[in-house]
Amino acid sequence: MAMDTKKFPLSKDTAIYTRGLSKTFGKVAAVEGLALEIPAGEVFGLLGPNGAGKTTTIRMLSALIAPTAGEAWVAGYRVGADDTKLRKVVGILTETPGLYEQLSAERNLGFFAQMYDVEKVDEQVERYLHMLGLWNRRRDAVGTFSKGMRQKLAIARALLHEPQVLFLDEPTSGLDPEAAHLVRDFISELGSEGRTIVLCTHNLDEADRLCDRVAVFKTRLLALDSPLNLRRKLFGREVVFHLTKVNPGFSEALRQKAFVQSVETMDNKLVVKLDDPERRNPELVQELVSLGAEIQFLGEKRQSLEDVYLQLIRDQVQP
Amino acid sequence: MKKVWVLVGKEWAEVFKNKMVLFSVAFMPLIFCIIPLVILYTMQGAAPADISGIEAELGAAFDQLRLQCGPLVELDCTQFLILQQFMVLFLMMPAIIPVTIASYSIVGEKNTHTLEPLLATPITTGQLLAGKALAAAIPAVVASSASFLIFAGGTALLAASPAVALQLFSPLWVLGIFLVGPLLSLAGVSLAVMISSRVNDPRAAEQLAVLVILPILALFLGQLAGVVVINQGLLLIIAGALVLVDAALLFFATRLFQRESILTRWK
Repeated sequence: MAMDTKKFPLSKDTAIYTRGLSKTFGKVAAVEGLALEIPAGEVFGLLGPNGAGKTTTIRMLSALIAPTAGEAWVAGYRVGADDTKLRKVVGILTETPGLYEQLSAERNLGFFAQMYDVEKVDEQVERYLHMLGLWNRRRDAVGTFSKGMRQKLAIARALLHEPQVLFLDEPTSGLDPEAAHLVRDFISELGSEGRTIVLCTHNLDEADRLCDRVAVFKTRLLALDSPLNLRRKLFGREVVFHLTKVNPGFSEALRQKAFVQSVETMDNKLVVKLDDPERRNPELVQELVSLGAEIQFLGEKRQSLEDVYLQLIRDQVQP
Repeated sequence: MKKVWVLVGKEWAEVFKNKMVLFSVAFMPLIFCIIPLVILYTMQGAAPADISGIEAELGAAFDQLRLQCGPLVELDCTQFLILQQFMVLFLMMPAIIPVTIASYSIVGEKNTHTLEPLLATPITTGQLLAGKALAAAIPAVVASSASFLIFAGGTALLAASPAVALQLFSPLWVLGIFLVGPLLSLAGVSLAVMISSRVNDPRAAEQLAVLVILPILALFLGQLAGVVVINQGLLLIIAGALVLVDAALLFFATRLFQRESILTRWK
């Protein structure tokens, strides 16, 4: 990884680092004081409502627009200091694929490969056309492609020069479920290759599945952690005991335990909130069995990332 | 420079798939070389006209026209004076033809959402604008030059005597067509590209960029009215001025090209 060692504040394992990154358009603040540190090889999700500043952030980090305040380093290059070099080491999938409709898929990729100074243009173009299943349509004008094919071609374009950091802005937006699934699988593969990927999406299930960590933000950063930790931080951990029949004494007995934070009864279920269920569950099971409860099964209640997101956006408070 | 030519290649691959663009590049050169040749053809075998009445009426202006004819007399002089009016059109052509292509260059990319991926590549603003300008100017200069060569060949074949062609295609006009023409073309496309990066509608860019031909049109009308006499000295002055204008336009086009505004303010 190229490194501006004089200025880069962190180790070479950090792919993206921002400090107080801000952008205003006139009097409107699009991004305020964003502080991020994304290690190399991480799949990182940027979540937020429309107008939250996700695209603006991606554009700043790929040196398309300049920050109003703060600093950012991407792949060792400081944003605003050496933007032409920075653009060589990042790839971006823009919100709209933006392809030359009259040109063939091959010609589109060939053009961008040369723009990125790719050495073996033909080989690289062929590689990605094969990889994304577009080889047989390589000579067809892009204008004849389906939305899914265009999106795949745009992803190929973002990858042609083997960027160290890849920005994907709504990669599955508007795709049918099959095409979206293919694109997600491809992103997952890219992540496993050790590329740093910043994924900007409204699809929270997608973020949950693909991202190592996510940042929820609405102009300001609201939360940043792995999806699992965000759930736990926001909602705690809850274990659900499915019983054949719930006796009022069961919940009362569990509440007596010092480590139990709360107990709720729902139909034939007991929902117990506690820390460290891996260690405490056996004790709870023993207690319930001793009280005559018949446990059918138990499991941890999983809040969806959507629940986390909605809670954060509604409250706009730090968890 | 490699990126500039890659961009030029892409532009050509894209615009020449459009039949209307091909037509706009080929139509004017074709018409402007055919019309004078048709006139010459119709004048073949014509008897010298009695011009004593015109001579008396024009007075000093007639003497000036005679001077332009040099050693040519009668029909040769008449043909020369007619054909000379078309020479200015060959000067204008390289500036007019590329305006459509150049006007769409930036705003067209923006409207098709291809500008953002393009700007995300390591291309500099200078390379981008140079590529766009050359992609529009080169076909225009080639088409105009080809048209001029057809016109020259046709004149040599159809004129009353070889002296007409010799007088017409003097170093003055060769300088004009092959030096001033390309410089004008570059001025036209630079202006068009600059406007294209400042407006959000290709039609507005095209309408504004066409204004570049106004000074040349004034020159043409001035010549027709006998107010301006285009000679070698004037052409050299125009060429020198155009070098400065081209440099200034390219400089300002690069300075006025605001990547951020184009990406964030245009919807």
